[in-house]
Amino acid sequence: MPWQIVIGLETHAQLSTRSKMFSGSSTAFGAEPNRQASAVDIALPGVLPVANRGAVERAIRFGLAVGGSIRRRSVFARKNYFYPDLPKGYQISQYELPIIEGGALLIPAADGERSIPLTRAHLEEDAGKSLHEDFQGATGIDLNRAGTPLLEIVTEPALTSAEEAVSYARALHALLRWIDVCDGNMQEGSFRCDANVSVRRNASDPLGTRCEIKNLNSFRFLEQAIRHEARRQIELIEDGGRVRQETRLYDPDRDETRPMRSKEDAHDYRYFPDPDLLPLEVTPDWVESVRAQMPELPAAMRSRLAGELGLAAYDAAILTGSRELARYFEAIASRLPGNAKLAANWVMGEILGRLNREGLEIGACPVDAARLAGLLARVADGTVSGKTAKEVLDALWSGTETADEVIQARGLTQISDSGELEVIIDGILAQNPAQVAEFRGGKQKVFGFFVGAAMKATRGKGNPAQVNALLRRKLGADA
Amino acid sequence: MSPRAELHELDLTELSALLAARQVSSEELAQALLARIATQNGDLNAFITLDPDATLAQARAADARIGRGEGGVLTGIPVAHKDIFCASGWRTTCGSRMLEEFTAPYDATVVEHFNDAGAVFLGKTNMDEFAMGSSNESSWFGPVRNPWDRNAVPGGSSGGSAAAVAARLCPAATGTDTGGSIRQPAALTGICGLKPTYGLVSRYGMIAFASSLDQAGPLARSAADLAVLLDTMVGFDPRDSTSLERPVEHYGRALDRPLEGMRLGLPREYFAEGLDADVARAVDEALVTLRGLGCETVEVSLPNTRLSIPVYYVLAPAEASSNLARYDGARYGYRAQEPRDLADLYSRTRAEGFGAEVRRRILVGTYVLSHGYYDAYYLKAQQIRRLIARDFDAAFSTCDLILGPTSPSVAFDLGERSADPVQMYLSDIYTIAVNLAGLPGMSIPAGFGAKGRPVGLQVIGNYFDEARMLNLAHRFQQATDWHRRAPASGA
Repeated sequence: MPWQIVIGLETHAQLSTRSKMFSGSSTAFGAEPNRQASAVDIALPGVLPVANRGAVERAIRFGLAVGGSIRRRSVFARKNYFYPDLPKGYQISQYELPIIEGGALLIPAADGERSIPLTRAHLEEDAGKSLHEDFQGATGIDLNRAGTPLLEIVTEPALTSAEEAVSYARALHALLRWIDVCDGNMQEGSFRCDANVSVRRNASDPLGTRCEIKNLNSFRFLEQAIRHEARRQIELIEDGGRVRQETRLYDPDRDETRPMRSKEDAHDYRYFPDPDLLPLEVTPDWVESVRAQMPELPAAMRSRLAGELGLAAYDAAILTGSRELARYFEAIASRLPGNAKLAANWVMGEILGRLNREGLEIGACPVDAARLAGLLARVADGTVSGKTAKEVLDALWSGTETADEVIQARGLTQISDSGELEVIIDGILAQNPAQVAEFRGGKQKVFGFFVGAAMKATRGKGNPAQVNALLRRKLGADA
Repeated sequence: MSPRAELHELDLTELSALLAARQVSSEELAQALLARIATQNGDLNAFITLDPDATLAQARAADARIGRGEGGVLTGIPVAHKDIFCASGWRTTCGSRMLEEFTAPYDATVVEHFNDAGAVFLGKTNMDEFAMGSSNESSWFGPVRNPWDRNAVPGGSSGGSAAAVAARLCPAATGTDTGGSIRQPAALTGICGLKPTYGLVSRYGMIAFASSLDQAGPLARSAADLAVLLDTMVGFDPRDSTSLERPVEHYGRALDRPLEGMRLGLPREYFAEGLDADVARAVDEALVTLRGLGCETVEVSLPNTRLSIPVYYVLAPAEASSNLARYDGARYGYRAQEPRDLADLYSRTRAEGFGAEVRRRILVGTYVLSHGYYDAYYLKAQQIRRLIARDFDAAFSTCDLILGPTSPSVAFDLGERSADPVQMYLSDIYTIAVNLAGLPGMSIPAGFGAKGRPVGLQVIGNYFDEARMLNLAHRFQQATDWHRRAPASGA
C-alpha cells in the first residue's frame, strides 16, 4: 500500500539589506571574523536594538508577492537560550504576531500549476558562527553573521513529495530574487531550508508524528534528505516501531539523517515580547508605497507572455525563471515586434545552452540583449540563415562587435537577390543535364543535389527559401 | 549666598552663577569636591570609581569653554554618574562582580548629553547590583551609608548618587529608577530626585535591568536644579526605539508660577495602613504648607496599588532574566576559571559573578516566563499593569498632581531588612506603580522623622507633566528650607 508523505518547509532567507536587522553593521559576506560586529552585535552592556526599515520593507514586498496579509501591528519577541554564538542570550524574532500571515506560492506541476499555502513569514536576526575546527580543543566565535536579517517563511504541511518540496523551494528562491528580497546565494547561506517530514498510510489519516531536518542548504540535499527521512519513517513503522518527534541533521556524505535532539530535551525558549522594541507598525500607506514599486510578478508575466506574445506555457515558464532572464528576453522581444517566438527559441536554446555549458548566469551573458536582438533581426529579415546566425553568435560571444559588423566583415550576407541567384542556378542546371533529366524523370531525391550545389556555389549565403523556390520553378517541380 | 560659603555647600544653580561670573574656575571646583570625596568616601562608600586626572582635564576644558564665552548652564559643573551608565574609558561595573573589570568603549546617550553641555564627570557612584535593591546593600563594592546616620541605608538602587548629593560631595548626580530607585534614595537622604515619563530619557548605554520600566533621571538639591539637569538629559535618541520624539521643552519655564487653584490628589491607599506615623506627620505638614500656597487637595483612589509589588516582581525579573543573559563569560566580564565544559562555564560564571539578589530575580524571571507559567504570571501581570495605569488616568481626571509619601518609612538600619526580601520590596510600595504606568514621579525633602532621618514627599504627574511637578516643588521649596538642611559632615 502506498504511503503518503507530508512535508512542511521552513525557509530562512537572508534579506538583501546592507546593514543588519537591529544594528548598522555591514552584512557583507566574507569579512575577517568579528570585523563586522558592532557594540550592538556583540551585546555590550547597555546597547539597544533598532529595527532596520529596509528589512521590514522587504518583508512587506514578500507579503504582497504571495498575497499574504500584512499585519498592521506585529511584535518582536525574544527567544531565550544560551549559546556562545548568540551574544545576547536571546534571539530577536517574531512569535505570536508575525508580520506576514497566509498567502500562497504557485509552483509548476505536471498539470499546470499548484498553489502551496503559506502559514506565515516573520522577521528575525541570525546568530553568529561557532568554528570548531582550527582551534585545538577550543571553539572560535565569529559574530559577523550575528544580527543578519532573515525572513523565515513557513508553509502549511502541504507538500507531498521530495520533488514537490524542491519545486517549491526553487520557486520560492526564484521569487525572492525576483522581488529583490534575497540574493539567494546558497553557498553563503542566504537561503536555507528546514523540512518537517511525516508519513501516513492514507491522505484521510491524521498527520503522523513529524521530524524536523535542519539546515538544508542545497536543493539536492533537500531532496535527498526528505527522501531518506520518509523512507526511514516508513520502514520504522512497517517494522512495528513509532516515529519520535525530534530534530535531525542530514549528513550528505552518508546520505542519512541522524537525531540532534528530541522533544524531551527541547529548549523552553521563554518567548516574550521584546521590551526594547515597540510593536512594529506597518501603515496602509507604507504598504501602498511598497506595492507601487513592486515589479510585475513572474506569474503575471508568464500569462502575459503566453497571452500577448503567443508563447507556449512551457517557454513562458522557462523565460520567467529569473527576473534577469525575463528582462533579457523582454528587451530582445521588444526590439523584434512579431518575432517573439524566434527570440524565445534563441534565448532558451542558444543562449541558455551556452551559459549552461560555461557555468554562467544570465547576468554574465557576454552577448547583451541589444546585440542579440541585432542578430535576430537579420535572421528575421532573411539577411542570414539560422545556420549562419549561429556562426555570427560565436563571434558575438567572444567579441564586442555588433551582428551587422560581423556579417559585413565576413561577407555572410545571404544572397536574396533573385537575379543573382537565378544566374547561379541556371549555370548549375546547364552543367548537370543528366541530373536534370533524372529529376524530370520522377527521381525527386535529386532535388537535394541541386540545393546543395547552389549553396556550395554561393558559399552558403544563398537564401535557402529562395534557392528552393527558384529551383522548383526552373525544374517545373511545382507543375 | 555668603561669600564665605564653601564651594561644596552651594547648589548647582549657585555654582553655575559663580562659574559664569568667573568667580571660581571649574578646576578649582572639581579639586575642592575631589578633596572632599577623598576625606568622606571611605566612610560613605558613595563612589565606586574616581579618575581625578580625567575629571580635572574635563574641568580645564570647561574653563576654556567658559573663557571663550561658549559655556552653558552646566558647563564646568561636576556631575557624578550612577555606575550603570557606560562612559568611554570609565570602568562601568553596575555594582557587580560580573563587570568589576569592564571598561566601556562607548558613551551612554545621557553621558554624551552631559559631556556636550560641558559638565565635568566627577566619578561613578555606587549602586545596588544591576539596580536590584532598595538599600544599596546588594552592591559587590559594599553598602553605601546614609550621610544623615552612618547606621542607616541610603536607599537604593541609586544609593551612591543620593548619598553623594546629600553629603555635599557633588551638586548633582544621575540615577535610574525602575521601581523607585531615584525617588526612594532621594527621600531617605533628604534630597530631590525625579524619574521622568518613560521614554523621555534615552536608555542607550544605560545597563538594562527591566527595559520597560527603567528610566534615567537627575538627583540634586533643589527643584530648580532638577529642571536644569532634566533639560540636558531629555531628548529623542534614534538609538533607543522606546525613546519619544517630542518638541524640546524647557523644564524650568513654570517654576515660579503661583500654585493657586492647583488640585492635588491624595490617594487613599497611600495614607493607609503600612505608613509610619513619623512619615505621615511630615507629609501632612507639607500638605498644610501647600494648601497655604493655594493648592486644593482632593482624595483620589488607586485601588490596584496593592497589586503593584506582585506585578512588578513578575515583570521586572522576567525582563531581567533575559537582559542579564548576555553575561555569560564568553565575550567580556567575569569568567569562571577552568570550566569543565560549556554548561559549567555558564553556571559557574553566573553563580560566581552575580550576587544573591540578582540570582534570585533571574530565577524568578526564568520561572514566570517558562512554558506553562507564562499565562498565569507574565500575561496576568501585564493585564494588571494596564489596570494600574487606568487607576492613574481616572485619578488625573479629578486632580493635576498626585501627592503622597515616597517611602512608608524613613531610612532603615543597615542589615535590618536584608534577610527578608519581601520586607525590602515593601519599601517601594508607593513608587512602583508609577513605573508600571510609565508616569513621571519625584521626591523632595519634607522634614524629618524618627531618629532625625529625612522624609520624602512624592509628587506624581500625568504623562509629560514634569514642568508642573517642578513648579509645585519649587514653590514648596521657596516656602520651606528642608532641602537646604545638610547632614553634619562626618570624618
